[in-house]
Amino acid sequence: MSASTAIKTLTRTQMAERVAQDIPEGWVVNLGIGAPTLIADYVPADREVIFHSENGILGIGPKPAPENIDPYVINAGKQYVTLRDGASIIGHADSFGIIRGGHLDLCVLGGYEVAETGDLANWSTGENDAAPAVGGAMDLGAGAKRVWVLMDHTTKSGQPRLVESCSYPLTALGSVTRIYTNIAVIDVTERGFELVECAPGVTFEDVQARTGATLHRK
Amino acid sequence: MIDKFVPNIAAALEGIKDGATILMGGFGNVGQPQALVEGLVELGVRDLTIIANNAGGAFGGLPKLMETGAITKVVCSYPRSTETSIFIDLYREGKIALELVPQGTLAERIRAAASGIPAFFTPTGAGTLLGKGKETREINGRLCVLEQALYADVALLLAWEADRWGNLTYRLAGRNFNPIMAGAAKLTIVQTEHVVELGALDPDRIVTPGIYVNRVVHVPDGQVVF
Repeated sequence: MSASTAIKTLTRTQMAERVAQDIPEGWVVNLGIGAPTLIADYVPADREVIFHSENGILGIGPKPAPENIDPYVINAGKQYVTLRDGASIIGHADSFGIIRGGHLDLCVLGGYEVAETGDLANWSTGENDAAPAVGGAMDLGAGAKRVWVLMDHTTKSGQPRLVESCSYPLTALGSVTRIYTNIAVIDVTERGFELVECAPGVTFEDVQARTGATLHRK
Repeated sequence: MIDKFVPNIAAALEGIKDGATILMGGFGNVGQPQALVEGLVELGVRDLTIIANNAGGAFGGLPKLMETGAITKVVCSYPRSTETSIFIDLYREGKIALELVPQGTLAERIRAAASGIPAFFTPTGAGTLLGKGKETREINGRLCVLEQALYADVALLLAWEADRWGNLTYRLAGRNFNPIMAGAAKLTIVQTEHVVELGALDPDRIVTPGIYVNRVVHVPDGQVVF
């Protein structure tokens, strides 16, 4: 067992599909910019999940066909989207009131690092940044009822992203409760990281070898 | 007769001075009053502080304002853009200052200014770099930071419909920061897509009542081409 042992990892779309399985009907969900946005594509149309976008939409629908683009309907990533039946429009103060007020059942964010305490670092790589930018990440990290993180298990160079304490600037303290990576699903509990499941062909030992903190069995 | 309509952009922007702090509606280019922002370039005012969610300079008049050196500081949540690096270039050269604010805190600081709340505690940013140096307090078991209301001299907004009293509606995601910025500045100037007769707007449908609005200029098809 070593971190250098090659294992088969999930693709971004497989990771998104895996998260979608755990989102039940009735939840109001904010999907972060980037990979988390893909999750919406894997929630079946007959399962009513309400997607919130922090620029002021409750009830985001799928991407429009090019001929149906409405320039006034974009998501937080500034991509054109549609409104589904039942959608509503809110201003920014209300949109972030929804976030901070604990009204979102779930927010799925991308991440650089998650600590075993649930601390999240996802907005800045420190001095490497050309100019700092935060958007709504700190509000979402602090406000949603559940904060899940979708990210690769390690950096490109193989460094763990699940760590004892974050080395990058923090986004929110102690807020992450679950992490979906390209090799595992992991809960963040009072004990620290607990393995929920491994990707096909991946073992507990494989995951532990790529994790920068103690991994517990459920 | 109350009539807040002015005939053109120059009349709308009259009196804006060097050193002004300016709130600018919009999230990305949706809901941003492009004609008013470009009017600032024409006006030639300098030493501006711009408060806007995206001050990265991707859209319309903002990059032009930056290029001419008219902006000395931006207060925003997301100053990066994929379309242009003008902000980052100026920032690296030390020619523009940045106050980075979490998006929800930015919205609430503006709303607070408009509604007479001088400061408030929020959990957003507590324990992070953006909470550093701010007064903190543990409230109901959660660490919170004290954030100050964000006042401005001028607010530039984009509406969908306006009447001569300055009552406004917005269209879809074009609403974003516009309603809270109305009232947070001493002078609120609106660019509207449509003009309607007084009484034509159903009172239940008016999002921003005219009390917050000083001037309105009609710019049909004023939204930028996407």
